[in-house]
Amino acid sequence: MAAFLVRRLLLTLPVVWIVVTLVFALIHLVPGDPIAQMLGEGAPAPEIQRLRHELGLDQPLLAQYKTYVAGLVKGDLGVSFRNQQSVSKAIAERFPATIELTIAAIVVSLIFAVPAGVVAAVRRGRLADKAIGVFSLFGVSMPNFAIGPLLILLFSIALGLLPVSGRGGISHLLLPAGTMALGLAAITTRMVRSSMLEELQQDYMRTARAKGLPERTALFKHALRNGLLPVVTILGLQAGALLAGAIITETIFAWPGLGRLTVQAINARDYPLLQGCILTISLTYIAINLLTDVVYSVIDPRIRYE
Amino acid sequence: MSSFFRRNKLAALGLLIIAFLTFVALLAPWIVPYDPSVQNLPTRLEGPSWDHPFGNDELGRDILSRVLLGTRVSMRVGAMVVLLSGIMGVLLGGFAGYAGGKADTFVTVIVINSLMAFPGILLAIALVAFLGPGIDRLIFALSVIGLAGYARLARGQVLKVKTMEFVEAARALGASGPRVFFLHVLPSIIQPILVQASIGMAAAILMEASLSFLGLGIAPPTPSWGAMLNDGRSHLFDAPHMVVFPSVALVLTVLSFNFLGDAFRDWLDPKSLKS
Repeated sequence: MAAFLVRRLLLTLPVVWIVVTLVFALIHLVPGDPIAQMLGEGAPAPEIQRLRHELGLDQPLLAQYKTYVAGLVKGDLGVSFRNQQSVSKAIAERFPATIELTIAAIVVSLIFAVPAGVVAAVRRGRLADKAIGVFSLFGVSMPNFAIGPLLILLFSIALGLLPVSGRGGISHLLLPAGTMALGLAAITTRMVRSSMLEELQQDYMRTARAKGLPERTALFKHALRNGLLPVVTILGLQAGALLAGAIITETIFAWPGLGRLTVQAINARDYPLLQGCILTISLTYIAINLLTDVVYSVIDPRIRYE
Repeated sequence: MSSFFRRNKLAALGLLIIAFLTFVALLAPWIVPYDPSVQNLPTRLEGPSWDHPFGNDELGRDILSRVLLGTRVSMRVGAMVVLLSGIMGVLLGGFAGYAGGKADTFVTVIVINSLMAFPGILLAIALVAFLGPGIDRLIFALSVIGLAGYARLARGQVLKVKTMEFVEAARALGASGPRVFFLHVLPSIIQPILVQASIGMAAAILMEASLSFLGLGIAPPTPSWGAMLNDGRSHLFDAPHMVVFPSVALVLTVLSFNFLGDAFRDWLDPKSLKS
């Protein structure tokens, strides 16, 4: 296990380096002068010079890169040029809200996906299976920014059951989490279905039935336990993608998380803050992928020897 | 092919809708009932009526006309992104798989892994936010992100195909490396690439709409479904039709490409068909 962990960690390091380098390079992609873009047209030259110096953009590229990486190692992501607040601090304040939303979305999606996937597999080829299949396709085809407003229309405006926006108790969480969960539920349902179909044909299931176990016990105690293993991988990969998807969901529901901070940084052309947000989301994505691999290797030891 | 569509009703429906959307996209400027950018403030936020079947937006513009012209924008971006990312990705991944060695390592580690280290939508947002708005930059950013998927697929397929007997036979007959690659290897991997293209079209349309929703995509006044949804967000209480019609258009389009891609994937993958 230790050897697997070390190998997996070593494989992650180059990816982290690539991400850090690409995020560093982003500000140099800005056409023309990024400082002029940030300050807007007609900004006085001394002001441009001052900000350029403050952000270190008047240094040679290599020196800028060294400073950037040295700052990152100490957890310093720079300073927001709009409000002079530390980027790391701004992100740390908003990150818990995004994590809360992401976890809630995963829970909501599992509540729907696992039963739906099992039903589709058990009723393969029948009406229920086909209906669930069509629902899954709808789920992956509906973007958050189409579902979100439609859910607000239904649950907040027509039925008056849930608040439109903001962060508070469970009632505030349901609509944004539901919005984010739909796509994930659709993908997970498909995964549970195909995984269960495979498990239902295994020899151990025949043995379980032959020794007289009720179908329900065989299904839930044997097939489902094994069938959920590959789902862990999908959930891990999707949890990372959900973090990025939160940018849109948080905008719709005015959820005060990292996604909304990203959009605010884009609108304010606050490039240091934007770089910090993108880096944080990407590194979390990589960390979740790593964690998924480790968890998977614990529940399915075969993976360690591949 | 016709038997394929007879067996896959959803794929047939998808193809029918795509044909209709293509027709609308090509003829949009001539079939729109009103000029989509002409403002008529006295009729702002009016709901659906005989004159304006989809109602009007906050500037009194006809939503049907804007949805129709938005089809053109979405299909154009989708098609361009699929074409560019498909060609770049297949050539890059195919070459890496075919050549092997250091070229393969470079493409796999530097290009594919770098691009896949980011969630797709995040990289799209990052590139467009820093490159600035504009349809060309948007197409460029989405093509760069999309090419990793094609490159990985093409590389895997070429690795499988290049050891097959017909490729060896072509080599034994004296065909040059590029000739074997372009005339024998590439045509034999085209089917999975087409499946990827169909799903890629749906993904590109969704990404364009997402970026336009965030104000990073198509610049106004050119109509884009994503931007229309963003405009409608602030009028959910008084003009819900502003959200409903662009949503339906977007979901229908993406769903059609997914129906088609899904059916093709099942058709090509016997394991998936069995299950």
